[in-house]
Amino acid sequence: MARMKFLCDAERCIECNGCVTACKQEHEVPWGVNRRRVVTLNDGEPGERSISVACMHCSDAPCMAVCPVDCFYKTSEGVVLHDKDLCIGCGYCFYACPFGAPQFPQDGAFGMRGKMDKCTFCAGGPEPDNSEAEFRKYGRNRLAEGKLPACAEMCSTKALLGGDADVIANIYRDRVLKRGKGSEIWGWGTAYGKPEAPAQQPQPQPGGKS
Amino acid sequence: MSARAWVAILSLLLPFALSACGEKAQVTVYKQGKYQGKPDGRPWDNERFKGDKVAWENAIKDRNQRQSEYSRE
Repeated sequence: MARMKFLCDAERCIECNGCVTACKQEHEVPWGVNRRRVVTLNDGEPGERSISVACMHCSDAPCMAVCPVDCFYKTSEGVVLHDKDLCIGCGYCFYACPFGAPQFPQDGAFGMRGKMDKCTFCAGGPEPDNSEAEFRKYGRNRLAEGKLPACAEMCSTKALLGGDADVIANIYRDRVLKRGKGSEIWGWGTAYGKPEAPAQQPQPQPGGKS
Repeated sequence: MSARAWVAILSLLLPFALSACGEKAQVTVYKQGKYQGKPDGRPWDNERFKGDKVAWENAIKDRNQRQSEYSRE
């Protein structure tokens, strides 16, 4: 089995937040913890784009690299998970993650920073599959039921794809070929913008200081 | 000071001098492919799939393909 990944098609996402709701409902995620959220660029302007973001289950995950207690592990399917019994809630992973995926419960009188919580790709954690302990700490283990993440399966427009990276990449490629656009939303130009013309140097004024 | 007094003083100080010798290293040594937490089972090692990896992979493949409306029947 290849690596499990998410892929969000910004041409299809309608910012309905169905994925967020599905995740909340499936895992009974507490108030204040958002394993998944929808980010909209240029909100309210023509041409706005939305994308659903959660843990991307990085191949070389920075959270794993910085964790001082080494509580992260990667499953054979490429899902990045962690052991909450070992987590000390230091927040290093939050600073290291480029997607803001690690979440910390902030309830209680003093805004405590509890143990980290994040998207598990609906794969539970290091507890017996579909046990009460696993659900309480990590949420439901849909992968062990032969199912894909709830967010992707609930997506009404199928903008959010989840599963085997090769398969979902092929699904996306087919879409782009059939609708004839969309391939340009991935890559350098989207992330960093188009290369701009070099800034013009100010012309020296005659008689002025050079 | 007598020799017995020295011995008594040294025997009193000895536990303090050796108190750090029993401490274990607290630095985490990261090893590629291993971590400090509990081991996790594989998704097909449960009551539903009973260790049948192929059945689990087929279930996931089926769900994967259902995400493409172009390939739905």
